[in-house]
Amino acid sequence: MAREAWPLWEVFVRSRAGLSHQHVGSLHAVDAGMALENARDVYTRRGEGASLWVVPSTQITASDPEDSSAFFGLDEEFRHPSHYVVPDGVAGI
Amino acid sequence: MGDHGVEALLRIGDSCLVLAQRLTAWCGHAPALEEDIALANIALDVLGHARGLLTRAGQLEGAGRDEDQLAYLRSAPEYRNLLLVEQPNGDFAHTMLRQFLFDAWTTELWREMTASSDAGLAALAEKAAKEAAYHVRHSAGWVVRLGDGTEESHTRMLAALDDLWPYAGEAFLDDEVDVAAADVGLVPLPSTLEKPWRARVSYILEDATLPVPPDPWWQRGGRQGRHTEHLTYLLAEMQVVHREHPGASW
Repeated sequence: MAREAWPLWEVFVRSRAGLSHQHVGSLHAVDAGMALENARDVYTRRGEGASLWVVPSTQITASDPEDSSAFFGLDEEFRHPSHYVVPDGVAGI
Repeated sequence: MGDHGVEALLRIGDSCLVLAQRLTAWCGHAPALEEDIALANIALDVLGHARGLLTRAGQLEGAGRDEDQLAYLRSAPEYRNLLLVEQPNGDFAHTMLRQFLFDAWTTELWREMTASSDAGLAALAEKAAKEAAYHVRHSAGWVVRLGDGTEESHTRMLAALDDLWPYAGEAFLDDEVDVAAADVGLVPLPSTLEKPWRARVSYILEDATLPVPPDPWWQRGGRQGRHTEHLTYLLAEMQVVHREHPGASW
């Protein structure tokens, strides 16, 4: 199988209406149409999905691991709603 | 009509069963992992159609034979499948063209069978129609991709067309069994499916830059139990476990 002829695609499945699409994995396909069909076969064969997205993997811009401390390593505890007491009986939390 | 009804259902059911068996041979061997899974999915769908049809045929027959007995304990001359589906897998082009010719037939068949006078068959057809719509999309896609692909893939599709086309028309040849079964509304009359089948096949072959071959003398006989030698080997492999260990189950 020629890699250049079968590029990689990222697959996103929405499990049911109202939810957002979730990344579930990747696969190879020669074009977008085949990628959708392959995604249907590989990732939704047990009725997992209501909608599919496929995106060429090359179109994903990823964060650089070297940036991880600048991106994610900050100690900013004040952003968590953990400094006040939620009264008992408050619904929806 | 009883016997004719049973025969008519076996003609469709056996065609599904034999093709499913052929497709399972690709498991682990398809050109890409994704295609491997796709073919296994299709094989399972088609096997499911076979199970429904053989079970109903056994009930109509009234001799106490269930799907397993019909599948595993009949020899080649008792099988009623189309000659097309027993043809060897060959290369991927052969497998995909055979699949497309079959899917284009079942797409029309199941759609018409949703109006069957047999409620169970109508329900089966309802489900099968959705699955066949996906199958034909898949196989037609490959026929176009390979036919209108590289010089090598085009040459291979031409060879497949050369080998398989003589078997393509058997599905539409009526005999007294078909007429009797269609008269009571059990299954559609085979010849009524030919026109839409031809329209789809011509459209896809054209898209695939492949010629629509002229009509040959259609190879026939499978639906009456006269098979090519390939079926014997296929059945030997499919039936050996059941014949060695009658009644064994997982």
